[in-house]
Amino acid sequence: MSVTSESVAEEKTLLAKTSVGFWLYLMTDCLLFATLFATFAVMRDATAGGPAGRDIYDMPLVLTETVILLISSFTCGVALLGMMQKNVRQVLLALISTFALGAAFVVIEISEFVKLINEGYGPQASGFLSSFFTLVGTHGLHVTFGLLWLVILAVVIYKCGLTSKLSRSLTLFALFWHFLDLIWIFVYTVVYLMGVVR
Amino acid sequence: MTIGRYVAGFGLSLALTIVAYFLAMGYPTHPLMLIILGALALAQLAVQLTYFLHLGDEVGPRLKQLSFGFMSVLLLILVVGSIWIMVNLNERMLHFSPQQKVEYMLKEYNKGF
Repeated sequence: MSVTSESVAEEKTLLAKTSVGFWLYLMTDCLLFATLFATFAVMRDATAGGPAGRDIYDMPLVLTETVILLISSFTCGVALLGMMQKNVRQVLLALISTFALGAAFVVIEISEFVKLINEGYGPQASGFLSSFFTLVGTHGLHVTFGLLWLVILAVVIYKCGLTSKLSRSLTLFALFWHFLDLIWIFVYTVVYLMGVVR
Repeated sequence: MTIGRYVAGFGLSLALTIVAYFLAMGYPTHPLMLIILGALALAQLAVQLTYFLHLGDEVGPRLKQLSFGFMSVLLLILVVGSIWIMVNLNERMLHFSPQQKVEYMLKEYNKGF
C-alpha cells in the first residue's frame, strides 16, 4: 500500500515539474504573439491604398471559427476529465471531436486566406495585410501542429491505454490547446472586431 | 477539476464572444467601442485562465503564476511601448501629406546610414 501511494506522489511531482516547464514554453510563445500583435497594431492603418480590415473581413465566418475553437477547447477539457476517471473511451471520443473541430477551424482559415490572395489582397499588398497574414497565420500554424500532436497522442492512447506517461502528455496537450484558444480570443478581438470599429 | 467548471467556463466564454460580436457589428461608430471590446476580451482572458488553464489552482511554489506575471510585464512593455513610439512618430509627421511623407522617407533612405 505504501509503495502505491509513494508512486502516486512521485507521479504527482513529475507532472507538476513537467507542466511548469511546458508552462514556461507557453509564456515565451505568448511573447512571440505579443510582438506580432504590436506589429499588427502599428500596421493596422498602413493600407497603402488597398482595402482596410472592414472591407475584407467575412465577420459571420469569423464568429463561426471562434465558436468552433471554443467548443474544441471544451471537448479537450472533457478528454482531460475522462483521463482522470480512467475512461479511455471518453478520452478518445473527446479527442476525436477536438480534432474534427480543430481541423474545421484550420480549413475555414485556409479558405479565408485563399480567397483573399485570389482577390489580390495577399500579404504583399500592404503593411496591414503583411501583419494580418503573419499574426493570423502564426496562430493557424500553431493549431495545425497541435492537430498533429493530437493525432499522434490519440493513436498511442488507443494502442497502449492511459499509461502515466501518456496521461502527462495529454495534460500538456490540453494546456497547449486552451492556450491557443485564448490567443485566438485576442486575434478575434484585436484583428477582427476592432478592425470593424471605425 | 469537474465538468461543472468546464461548462461554466465554456458558457461564460461563449456569452462574452457573442456579446462582443453583436456590440461591434451593431455600434461600430460608438466612441467607446474599442475600450468596451478590450474589456470584454480581458474578461474572457480571466474566465479562461481560471476555468480552462486552472491558473489559480496551483499549490506549493507558485511558479506558473509567477512566470505569468513576469510575462505580462514584458508583454505590456513590448506592446504599449511599440504603440506609444509609433503613434508618436506618426503624429510628428502629421503635417506631411502622404506624398510628402514618401518623398521625405526616400530622401532619408538615400542618405544611407
